[in-house]
Order: sequence, then C-alpha cells, then structure tokens
Amino acid sequence: MASARVTLVDYLHLEPEPHLVAQECRHCGARFFDRRNACARCGRSDFAPAGVDGAGELRAFTIVHRAAPGIPVPFVSAIVRTDDGTWVRSNVVNCDPTPEAVKLGMRVQLTTYPVGADDDGTEAVAFGFEPT
Amino acid sequence: MAVQISPDSVWVLGTHMTRFARYPDRDLIDLASEGALGALADGEVTVADIDVLACGALFQASGAVGQRLQKQIGQTGVPVYNVANACATGATAIRTVMMAIRAGEAEIGLAVGAEQMGKMGLLGGAATKKEKKVFEPSGRYGAVTGVDGYLGTETMPGVFAQAGMAYAHEHDGVGFEQFARVAYKNHLNSTLNPLAQYQKEFSLGEIMESPMMSYPNTLLMCCPTGDGAAAVVLVSGERLASMPSHVRKRAVKVSASVLTSDPFTEDCQVQPDVNTLTRNAADQAYETAGVGPEDLDLVELHDCFATAELIHYDNLSLCEPGGAGEFIDSGGPFRDGATPVNVSGGLISKGHPIGATGVANVYEITTHLRGEAGDRQVEGATVGLAHVIGLASACGVHILEKAAA
Repeated sequence: MASARVTLVDYLHLEPEPHLVAQECRHCGARFFDRRNACARCGRSDFAPAGVDGAGELRAFTIVHRAAPGIPVPFVSAIVRTDDGTWVRSNVVNCDPTPEAVKLGMRVQLTTYPVGADDDGTEAVAFGFEPT
Repeated sequence: MAVQISPDSVWVLGTHMTRFARYPDRDLIDLASEGALGALADGEVTVADIDVLACGALFQASGAVGQRLQKQIGQTGVPVYNVANACATGATAIRTVMMAIRAGEAEIGLAVGAEQMGKMGLLGGAATKKEKKVFEPSGRYGAVTGVDGYLGTETMPGVFAQAGMAYAHEHDGVGFEQFARVAYKNHLNSTLNPLAQYQKEFSLGEIMESPMMSYPNTLLMCCPTGDGAAAVVLVSGERLASMPSHVRKRAVKVSASVLTSDPFTEDCQVQPDVNTLTRNAADQAYETAGVGPEDLDLVELHDCFATAELIHYDNLSLCEPGGAGEFIDSGGPFRDGATPVNVSGGLISKGHPIGATGVANVYEITTHLRGEAGDRQVEGATVGLAHVIGLASACGVHILEKAAA
C-alpha cells in the first residue's frame, strides 16, 4: 500500500520543489501564512498566493530544553528572514542544538523532513531551515 | 518638584498588595479582598465611596471576579468591569478606572488585580494529542497536528528568548552574560522586599548554570508562577482637593496612563513584537506626563524573563539606542545606578501572579514616591514609571509623580 503524504501546514507545498506559499496583499504587499479575513497592515481584503524564497538569514533563535509533554527537546526554534523579505517561524534542523553551532545571522535554506504518520499510515512532512 | 492638584487630574489615593507567594489554603477572592480592603484602608475610604470597580484575573476572566469580590466586601451596585488583557490585565483594570474618572462618571474608583496560579508550570505551548491520530488540516494554518516544537516554540521562555536574541543580533555587546546579569540584579533586589515570592540572592554563575529552559533563559532567568493580589484606589483631583491634608500628602499623581496594542510590523505575525508597542506606549506616556526617561527615579518593568527586561531598557529609552548591553554592564539599572529598575525584585523574583502584576507595579512605584518602601526605598524618589506587556499584545505604561508637600 502506497503511503499518502500530507504537509504539516497548508502553506508548505512539496511540488515541484518544497517551498512556502504566502498570502500576499494585492494592495500593500504584506505577506501572511494563515487564512485571512483582511490585511493586518492596510485593511484591504484582496490577496494572491506568492511563492517564498527558500534561502534566508537566521534573525533570532532559542534552544528549547523544556517544552510541553511529548515534544522532543532540545530543538532550535528560529525566526528566519528569507531573501525576498518574508519572515518565517520554524526550527533550525540538521544542526547541533548548541549556542556554539547556531549563529545569529547565519545563512539557512528551506528543507523538509518527515514528522511521523497517523493511524491510517499517512505521513506528515514538516519544513525547517538548515545551515548552508 | 511640587505637583499641584488640578481638578481634571487623577491620583492614587490608596494602594495595597499581598505578598506574592503560593496560597493553597486561600482562594482568589480571599486574595482580591485582602488587596482591595487594604487599598481602601490605605486611602482612608470605604467601599461605599467607590463609584466604579475594575477587576482583572486572567485565568478566571469569565468568572465575574469583580462581582464575587463585591459579595465579600460590599455590594453597592456600582458598575463593575471584569477585564482581561494577558499580562497587561492589571494595568488595564487601572486604566479602566482612570477612564471612568476622566469621563466624569466616577470620582473614586477601585482597580484590583488578582491571580491564583498555583504550580501551573510552563506557560505557552501544549500537546495536542487526539484519541485516534488522523492527519486532517484544521485551523488557520491548515495544520494536521500541533506545530509547537516543529515550527518553532510557543513556550513563553522561548518566545521571549527569541525577542532577546533578535536584539542581540542587531546590537553589539549583548549575550548570555548580559541577560544573566539582569536576573542577578533582580534576585539581589528581592532580598530587600518582604512582599517578594522569593528573597534569595544568586551569583551570576549560579544563574548561568541553573537548568536551561530556553537558551539563553535559564530557570533563574524566568519568573515563577504564583498567587497574589494588588489594588489601587484612584481619585479625581477635584475630589482629592477637598480631602484632609494628610491624605493629600500621600496621594500620588497619575501623570500618564497609556495602553497600546502592537501595530503591524514585517515580522509581527511570526514572532510577537514586544518592542514597537512598548516604544509607542513609552513615547506617549513621556509626552503626556511632560517628563523624560532621564527624570525617572525608578522603573518597574515587565521582566517576565531576563531577555525581556534587557530589551525594554531600550524600548523605554532608559539607555542609548542599541545600548542595553552596555547599560546593564555599567550598572545603570542597579539600585545605585542611573535608573534603578525593578528594585522590588521584578517578576523574576517578586513573582508574577498575572492579573496582579500590573497593579503591583503601580503599588511599588507609589510606595517609593511616598517614601514608605522601607529597606528597599529609593531615596528621594519623585517620579517613577510602571510598565507591563501581555502577549498578543497589550502594553500598559503608567507614570506617577509625588504629591505636593
């Protein structure tokens, strides 16, 4: 039985290459990742999907050692600004979760990884950013 | 600097707080009652004099806490506002009373903040396990399961760690040690405050080596959960002017009362922007009060985590732009520094029963301006600022000034 795949969140698209898709305000250009009622910057309500650059810079991070039950620690929580100016919250992956390895301002690239399957065997795919 | 009593001004007439602690044998209304009755007695008024009540208790926001308080201390039929605004809940209660007085609907009002958290543990982020696990998109991000831990952190120590690290990225001289020094100062300050939940000094080394919660915030750089209440009685200048001189002398002027929310910024929807709304609130408060940051004799600011306090030095213009690291390194916010910050011990050591916090900060400033702060008194204090911020976000800033002699 071929196992199905879903993305962890709907703004992660896997084809043709993994990338994020933002909702971009047609009026002011503000970008959002959630379902919108209107634009938080200008108040208009006309949006278009916009592909987000996969490369960016690590602008802030924390190394989480205590989290809710069931969440594996430690992990690196990150705020990334992609090269097209979009802000993304994610984890830094494929990198030691230590202050020595994670550096503010380092270059990172979008990547994906599996985060487990549900009881029907459907696999969820998440995104993270890895150092380049 | 003598402050005159103008009719349209608003003053703190009385204030009180419980010690912040854990009170397993008392309930929320016991704590709120102690705060309220203490503030009434301190202001030499009774519940019959109160024209409006605002009450904030975040985790019981739907529980009619104000009315339940009235049922213990006096059902006078006056309007009650139960308010909730995250960690700015207490400041919002004060501001609600302030607005009622400014609107001419009340002469004397009571603001109460209370919270009973017990040992809630880590706030923010929650496991979202279902009985049968089926990946179906739901919510505004179409998420098939909880994203906390996969797409960054939702825990409070982590969110505020990131805010501090964003500042560290943009400005030189800010790192783990500077953040730790904030906690060192606040733990040290709390040893002089009998109302603080913890009153114990820790060395910088002990702080840096305590269990890591969310780098760079260690356990001793995070505020505890706890229980407590605080209250203030506010009065119009017109009414105060008719009160006895010994009451007038202890009154403290509310020179500015500001509440802001976070305006849109580029990154505000992926990480809480705790800076812009604090800057906006501070700028507005300084302008309204006609005082500058250099005039402040003490500041109580929202140090929910050490990383938060450091960035608020800059947000409140207590240091040169970008200079928060240098400010803490040079001792600026210490008791004997240029602008003493959190001489109460701050949230980190005094404690943070959420609804009470924003009222307790005003209690602290008021007590110093009256010269009644005992061992922790900032000598000669005449102007102080109280700041709180709640995520989502809400920021309250109050500037208080000593009464005319």
